Amino acid sequence: MIPSHLKSSVGDSKEDAGFSAFGLGLELERRGALESLKVEVMASAIVNATTAVVEWASMAFDAPFADAVVFGVHVDGHLVVEVLLIAVILFQLTRKSYKPPKKPLSEKEIDDLCEEWVPEPLHPPITEEMKVEPPTLESAAGPHTVIDGKEVVNFASSNYLGLIGNETIIDSCVASLEKYGVGSCGPRGFYGTIDVHLDCEKRIAKFMGTPDSILYSYGISTIFSVIPAFCKKGDIIVVDEGVHWGVQNGLYLSRSNVVYFKHNDMASLESTLEKLAHGNKQAEKVRRYIVVEALYQNSGQIAPLNDIVRLKEKYRFRIILEESHSFGVLGNTGRGLAELYGVPIEKIDIITAGMGNALATDGGFCTGNARVVDHQRLSSSGYVFSASLPPYLASAAVAAVNYLEDNPSVLMTLRRNIHLLWEGLSDVPGLMIVSDPLSPIVFLKLKNSTGSLKNDLELLNKIAERVLKEDSVFIVSTKRSVLDKCRLPVGIRVFVSAGHTESDIKKVSESLRRVATENL
Amino acid sequence: MVRLPYVTALTTLFSYGLLFAFGQLRDFFRRIIDWFKSSSKDLKGYAPICLGLEDFYTRRLYLRIQDCFSRPIASAPDAWFDVVERYSKDNNKTLHRTAKTSQCLNLGSYNYLGFAAADEYCTPRVIKSLKKYSPSTCSIRVDGGTTDLHNELELLVARFVGKPAAITFGMGYVTNSAIIPVLIGKGGLIISDSLNHNSIVNGARGSGAAVRVFQHNNAAHLEEVLREQIAEGQPRTHRPWKKIIVIVEGIYSMEGELCQLPEIIAVCKKYKVYTYLDEAHSIGAVGKSGKGVCELLGVDPADVDLMMGTFTKSFGSCGGYIAASKEIVQYLKHACPAHLYATSMSPPAVQQVISAIKVILGEDGSSRGAQKLAQIRENSNFFRSELKKMGFEVLGDNDSPVMPIMLYNPAKIPAFSRECLRHNVAVVTVAFPATPLLLARARICISAAQSREDLVKGLEVISKVGDLVGIKYFPAEPPKHGNQAHKKVE
Repeated sequence: MIPSHLKSSVGDSKEDAGFSAFGLGLELERRGALESLKVEVMASAIVNATTAVVEWASMAFDAPFADAVVFGVHVDGHLVVEVLLIAVILFQLTRKSYKPPKKPLSEKEIDDLCEEWVPEPLHPPITEEMKVEPPTLESAAGPHTVIDGKEVVNFASSNYLGLIGNETIIDSCVASLEKYGVGSCGPRGFYGTIDVHLDCEKRIAKFMGTPDSILYSYGISTIFSVIPAFCKKGDIIVVDEGVHWGVQNGLYLSRSNVVYFKHNDMASLESTLEKLAHGNKQAEKVRRYIVVEALYQNSGQIAPLNDIVRLKEKYRFRIILEESHSFGVLGNTGRGLAELYGVPIEKIDIITAGMGNALATDGGFCTGNARVVDHQRLSSSGYVFSASLPPYLASAAVAAVNYLEDNPSVLMTLRRNIHLLWEGLSDVPGLMIVSDPLSPIVFLKLKNSTGSLKNDLELLNKIAERVLKEDSVFIVSTKRSVLDKCRLPVGIRVFVSAGHTESDIKKVSESLRRVATENL
Repeated sequence: MVRLPYVTALTTLFSYGLLFAFGQLRDFFRRIIDWFKSSSKDLKGYAPICLGLEDFYTRRLYLRIQDCFSRPIASAPDAWFDVVERYSKDNNKTLHRTAKTSQCLNLGSYNYLGFAAADEYCTPRVIKSLKKYSPSTCSIRVDGGTTDLHNELELLVARFVGKPAAITFGMGYVTNSAIIPVLIGKGGLIISDSLNHNSIVNGARGSGAAVRVFQHNNAAHLEEVLREQIAEGQPRTHRPWKKIIVIVEGIYSMEGELCQLPEIIAVCKKYKVYTYLDEAHSIGAVGKSGKGVCELLGVDPADVDLMMGTFTKSFGSCGGYIAASKEIVQYLKHACPAHLYATSMSPPAVQQVISAIKVILGEDGSSRGAQKLAQIRENSNFFRSELKKMGFEVLGDNDSPVMPIMLYNPAKIPAFSRECLRHNVAVVTVAFPATPLLLARARICISAAQSREDLVKGLEVISKVGDLVGIKYFPAEPPKHGNQAHKKVE
């Protein structure tokens, strides 16, 4: 039985048939044309069923809606069903497509995978160049040393002030050894702080003109402990691309955003700082640092500190200055790069240096204002988690600084030696000097590089070997580790010392000239 | 294993909460006072070096008890040493040295075999080598920094440890940080014990490899982690891992426990992963002839791929070494940044290690080495059993010279430390962040240089102070009965 109002919209029995056909049509649509045969067989049954359902549905829904008018439109029974259908279709469309359920791996499958897995070996195949051993010294690494029983002139030790073999220093070390033994047997926090450490820190701070300093037990660990102590994730660091591995490791461990600028190029630094200053709206919360070396050991260049300080003040950055090779060398009294350029020491935020070069001892220090130094005592990992510097090395450092303060003339000798060496090496064929005229690391690079780093190194090593074997002069080429990211060219480094005599310098220039002429 | 009584946990949490609340209150007042004072123009535009919360712990908790740490000494760190007295005028914010010292019993330095002070065999040789080679070589190992002393040391260390070859560095911390990145990089996996030292964590982070942690000393959990990781492969790409290295330590310095080496090695061999053993505290200190945990636990050194150790603790010098197969050592000499860029080890320190190893091996012609090894074993076992009998909660295994005594409460840390110092016993107390927050402890390091009388004196003082401070968490054993009944009191 179809109610009257339905009759009015649906119409007569012809419309009835149309309505059933509509339902039938839907069935056909849903099952697809291929199944139409089956459908036809069941057609009659379905027609009956559909009609019955529609009658029931219309009776159930239309009774209350008998006179419902929504928005001026009569709400008819079939409209409700159609709306429900559309809702169902929309609902199905929003469901994700069918995915097979994830089955975890069974124990046997895991066993098979573990059996199949073949690890790479711990080390790559050993090549011939890996088997090369460096020459063994049989005496102190002073300006003259003994290799394989022969006496050679040593230009491979960064003994800039000639303090190796200095009697005063050795005496203070002996006294220290007899009193304290060799090691300090503990980290600084747990009875590893010996009074010589505190004396050494005060002495260095007094020499540099800063309030305080902090001692580290190894030169290279200084910089890669200081950088992560101050730079955290999210900070910005602008660094020269020629820095050595210690700095690179510190930058990696700090997880900050690192931006490199071209080696010792102030225009590149300025444009990098400009770009960063404009891109950053959160500038107040983010710490910004510039990291440079005073004297780059990968190229012998000296950083122009006055330009860097000017840029730092303009763009509000802090400077971390790595002075391993310039402490005790640059400046009138050896106080480093700040003295050379006449920059007041308070403008440089953090200075680090390894003491294994000019001071002829081991370890490192970091200095700056009181806040900087205090912060490191608890948060610098190389200071807190490592045993402290052996006390005899700390007393050697104090003795070396005293010597430097009392004898500033040793710097004049050093500068004279560098100048002589420059003159001697100026016309060596195939090699050109690329370091700064004030730098005690005289860096010679190949005029015409072979194109590959490996071949360059081979050639340079051959030259160094021949110079050692034939002329008894010990020079070395730069070393590159596989982990080093620096891309500067390799070369020969000649370390000049104040302990070298004029004849030593002449010897090395002549020897290099001879061997280079033959090989290049 | 640490058994933390509930009441103690509650009181510890309450103490830290109180300290935290007071710290925040003081910070609040400090901010108000600073707001009135104008900040200097120089710092305008610069973000502060330390944001407020980063050094909250330092400023408000650590500075209160700063006098318990970094105590300077004025003599060699032998069995008895001179601790410099310090005073403070501004409630421990800054400490000033005085010229006065007090002689104290040293229970804190890492002087396991007693080589810390001048030794009759080692010191004359060290002084001779100092006069010959100077305090430093001023060059890197591959340039002019290799002397015949360095070569001798490497051969000797390899022989001592039981591996074919060895390479030495000037600092133990740098050894870990610079070796791990050379051996493994991106695409590799490092599985390290959850309580590994900071240098290993830094090395693992610096290598770029993925790092997973397994439960401390739990070989079963290590196996689970290994199976899961090998089956899954690298995250997201599911490619197989290039190589896997498992890093464990011989003796864990904050727990005093020995590593469960045989089980862990068995698991690693089964799954073809490489092992790296850091023997910083155990080389020279444990084992019948001082050769470390491998000797003590009966593991063949050939089963461990890389053995690392330091010379600071048992040999009284400085520096670290890696002992491995000839090929690995050759590759490390070619590629390791610490070998190629860092100053070589100081020659007198090298000579000290050579002499110390010769004494331990008995090659100096006397039996002092064997005596020292027997002494430290006796001392450690005696001290540990006595402490346990008194009712302290002591961690660690037998034969290990490191024994932590649990303190828990933050107030007991300075109390224990200062009281002991008043009675002329110097102890080391460790708190957060070197240990978990609730588990503060005092750590005793036994040395072969201490005699039985020294230990008895130390025990007396610790017992007295322990009663005063209230850290005897277990019932003391009555001296007549010998049974060990450990029941929780609280």
